[in-house]
Amino acid sequence: MNIPFFRKKNNGGDGNGIAISMDNITKVYDTGKIKVDALKGIDLSVKNGEFVAIVGPSGSGKSTLMNIIGCLDKSTDGKYELSGELVSGFDKERLADIRNRKIGFVFQNFNLLPQITALDNIEMPMIFGRVPSSERKQKARELLAKMGLSDKEAAKPTELSGGQTQRVAIARALAMDPKVLLADEPTGNLDSTSGSDILSVFSELNDQGSTIIVVTHDMALARRANRIIEIRDGRIVSDQKTN
Amino acid sequence: MTPVIDAVRQLFMDLRTQKLRTFLTTFGIVWGTVSLSLLLAFGDGLYTQMRRSFAGLGDRIVIAWPSRTSLPFEGINKGRRILVTEEDLDLVRKESRLLLSISPEYSSSFKVDIGKKTILVDISGVEPEFGEMRNLVPQKGGRFINHPDMDERRRVVFIGNDLARDMFGEEDPVGKTVKIFSSPFTVVGVLVKKDQDSSYSGRDKDKAFIPASTFTAVTGAKYPDILIYKAKSPDMNQPLTEEIRGILGKKLHFDPTDKEAIQVWDTTEMFVFLDTFMGAFRLFLGIVGLMTLIVGGIGVSNIMNVVVEERTREIGIKMALGATPRYVLFQFLTEAVIITALGGAIGLAISSGICSLFAKAGLEEFVGVPVVTLRIAILTSSLLGFVGIMAGYFPAKDAASKEPAVAMKF
Repeated sequence: MNIPFFRKKNNGGDGNGIAISMDNITKVYDTGKIKVDALKGIDLSVKNGEFVAIVGPSGSGKSTLMNIIGCLDKSTDGKYELSGELVSGFDKERLADIRNRKIGFVFQNFNLLPQITALDNIEMPMIFGRVPSSERKQKARELLAKMGLSDKEAAKPTELSGGQTQRVAIARALAMDPKVLLADEPTGNLDSTSGSDILSVFSELNDQGSTIIVVTHDMALARRANRIIEIRDGRIVSDQKTN
Repeated sequence: MTPVIDAVRQLFMDLRTQKLRTFLTTFGIVWGTVSLSLLLAFGDGLYTQMRRSFAGLGDRIVIAWPSRTSLPFEGINKGRRILVTEEDLDLVRKESRLLLSISPEYSSSFKVDIGKKTILVDISGVEPEFGEMRNLVPQKGGRFINHPDMDERRRVVFIGNDLARDMFGEEDPVGKTVKIFSSPFTVVGVLVKKDQDSSYSGRDKDKAFIPASTFTAVTGAKYPDILIYKAKSPDMNQPLTEEIRGILGKKLHFDPTDKEAIQVWDTTEMFVFLDTFMGAFRLFLGIVGLMTLIVGGIGVSNIMNVVVEERTREIGIKMALGATPRYVLFQFLTEAVIITALGGAIGLAISSGICSLFAKAGLEEFVGVPVVTLRIAILTSSLLGFVGIMAGYFPAKDAASKEPAVAMKF
């Protein structure tokens, strides 16, 4: 029997070293009465292993861009390839599958499920990715250990500090070995100590080869990246390498 | 953790945190299930009981009375008495193609002496086939009148169960002797208690039956009062009556279309009426029950709507992590179906309990015995399944169509 919500793990092509390739991406929110052009033609290319920060004031379109990069939303027009797969034409079912296999999300407000343990939270994407149970458990434990939280396996998110919660969320984001780690204001809800702690985790992951895209207006975080893209009014206004 | 396990886990979480709400939801389904299955069970019980009572008179037989002609025929005026003899019955047996069996019934009241007691009893002289046609089943250790009884004009008698008690009290009547027309008759059998709600000459439980040959020999009667017959199949009773009227009309010179010469009561009509009436009645009961169940289903649907609303954020997070819309749909549908199944199981158990209590209440003669049969259980379960899926589908569809980016910020 073909159960549609379980698909075989298939990481598709690797896009020849290109993680993200966007060609004239636009997004129009049409409420019926008014049309809002949130994105007015974005061309963007991110290579594997890059650490990119997307910055810009609120209302600039950076959240919209992040939603489209993360396949949480579809562009109105334009071409978007995620590690070699042309995802701009995909329907909701296939987008869910792409999110599962290729994107690891880290959110400002953590978005862990409060009623289950840290370990169960990390297992969650692997459930949707149809990873066998024993393999899931082992992988989740490894990731917790990597985040230095081996002793918090059975803890519920409410029993963890902000920094610990975000580490669990990062572990969850890494569970399916995604092509891109996508973080939206990952330090926004943290005190400065926990915040710089999380920044170190991102730097470390990038050193180990992870492709990271961070949307932020925290310049301390943005400076950790090796490329800063600034968005204003739905357009990329600057794209600079940092040292 | 497949969606089913996910749904079960969620359900238990709800049970813990939302005790009253979950209880009320489940109660709606329990109530609906009890109504539906109990109404169906009572409908079935009543039908079975009525059918059995109808069959007390006989299983789809025709009762015929030779009477008076109502049409002039071959120059003879109407109003002539028609008298049927044994020879005429033999002719019917020989010529009819549709007949299964036919028996004359001679009847009269006689004094019967049991020891020093004398009572007046309705006695019928009948043939062995009469017993089977009229559902006169002997109790263990006895028998009905048989062919040797007929051939040898034996003085044997088969008695009704109430009559047996009047005559002998608690003693076993079989083998005992009673005096009818001052001559001794041996009791060969007693009627098994049966339900009988219609009759043409008193209930069988109060009557006595002797061989027709003995009856005619003792009383000198030549013409049976009543003929009981039955076709090879129940739906052939109508043409069989026509056929018999034809055969006897030719022999006895009356118009075969004369309905009065031999009047008939075709009991199959009663069964057809019963089936039609009870069919409609049971359908009505079923619809009433189903309505109650649907109201329960609407309750589940409402609760699921609230649950989906409450879990919007969770749905968004799961979708962001790769849960497909179909997974979400399936998860919520499963939760609704589990609630429905749980309520349904409890409801069916309650219904069965009520039915078994009812069986002990001694109201069988009036309303029959309601039983939650396999048929009713399956019917109720499939309707439950339908209600559960319908109740869960729309909230689940709502959940599955959420935009993950929006839902997560909820």
